[in-house]
Amino acid sequence: MQLNFQHIQAAHCENGVTTNLLKHSGIHQITEPLAFGIGAGIFYIHIPFLKISGGPAISFRTMPGQIFTRTCRALGVKIERKTFTSKEKAQRFLDDCLAKGQPAGCQVGVYHLTYFPKEFRFHFNAHNLVVYGKENDTYMVSDPVMETVTTISEHDLERVRFAKGALAPNGQIYFPKTSESVSEERIKKGIIKGIKHASWFMTETPVPILGVAGIRFTAGRIKTWRESLGARRGGLYLAQLVRMGEEIGTGGAGFRFVYAAFLQQAYAFVKRDELLDISEQFTSIGDLWRASSVQASGIYKGRMTKQQDFNVMGDMLLNIADKEKIAFKALQNIKWK
Amino acid sequence: MKKDEIPQDPSPLDKFTKEVCYAVDDKGEYTTGLSRGWQVKADALGITWEEAQARTANAREKVKNREASPILFFMELNMMDVPIVAAYTGFWQWTVKRHLKPDVFKNLSVKKLQKYAEVFDVSVEELKNMNPNAA
Repeated sequence: MQLNFQHIQAAHCENGVTTNLLKHSGIHQITEPLAFGIGAGIFYIHIPFLKISGGPAISFRTMPGQIFTRTCRALGVKIERKTFTSKEKAQRFLDDCLAKGQPAGCQVGVYHLTYFPKEFRFHFNAHNLVVYGKENDTYMVSDPVMETVTTISEHDLERVRFAKGALAPNGQIYFPKTSESVSEERIKKGIIKGIKHASWFMTETPVPILGVAGIRFTAGRIKTWRESLGARRGGLYLAQLVRMGEEIGTGGAGFRFVYAAFLQQAYAFVKRDELLDISEQFTSIGDLWRASSVQASGIYKGRMTKQQDFNVMGDMLLNIADKEKIAFKALQNIKWK
Repeated sequence: MKKDEIPQDPSPLDKFTKEVCYAVDDKGEYTTGLSRGWQVKADALGITWEEAQARTANAREKVKNREASPILFFMELNMMDVPIVAAYTGFWQWTVKRHLKPDVFKNLSVKKLQKYAEVFDVSVEELKNMNPNAA
């Protein structure tokens, strides 16, 4: 059995799942940047004393599941979301969904994902995909980061849905409950809500490891890494920072280009000239993130190992933080009425 | 980033898929393009794997010198750390840490060894002899 489901490739997995599921449920206007912006997916956090695979815990995206939840809520779409303790029940629920004609989003771990090449398999549990059909004991899968649809066996799907460790998915499954179209007005409201949320979060949160302040925090830390960790481990830490912002499924430059695209698309719904201007600002901020990745690669490739090189890297992030502060403040100051 | 600046470097991505990138076209409008990969990214991934391999080799030596049990080797081989092994096996973290000692490992019951073997995708024999199968 195979449902009629349209697979559209996306830069980021949860955006892609959200977009594809909402499109399936009848919201034809939705695109990946819109889902990302309405869901206020742009983010920055650097958690000190927590280590992920022996490196710094940095994220450019919100908690897994949030983009889907927020986008649906803003558009007035009811959602079903379930986690399981029993693997059998998790599978039965998924099979029932498919039998009812409902494609389902699943949170999975990447480590045992058989169609990923070995190089990309880490213990990362916040990947998302859509299951849209089943033939004997093989599920049909639309993984948004891939160009085409793929398949996975019953056994392997169970394994990735019950991956363990940080952010364990516990068989999490989600989909929009209703299927109806949404008015332009509703989307407009969603866009404004998303922008307000993101600009507040990035500039106003009083915790110095979140948002723009978090980027400054990372910048300060980077300058100490050579001293405290040595050039090699410091380089490994930088490689982790680059991978969080650039690796497949992240949209590149820590999602800044996707956000710039969102602001441009938002202009079609909300005619505020500021949006286009700020979109351009985010494009140049994205370019700065990429330039900082090039600087970092010089360090982790061992071409540059002096303290001066780490300082330059830190200063690049400080510059980015300043630019982002200006851009998000400008977003916050838009008069919507 | 301009659309014609989307990097097209050979990378491990070639075995997998091209990825979508957002970039601006000549008119300054956002569009998507496919990328083969980016050297900067490929290098970041490469050094992460080099580090993982170094850790595995180091663990192998430690096991040979009887400083650690084979669990350490398989843990590193599978890119895991103690919390992840604990989550998969259902043991407490301190129990896993204890099992990393060769003297404790030697006396583990088959039932417990079986749990580790399942997580690491090997047989109990292979686990004891630190013999990873084809992978």
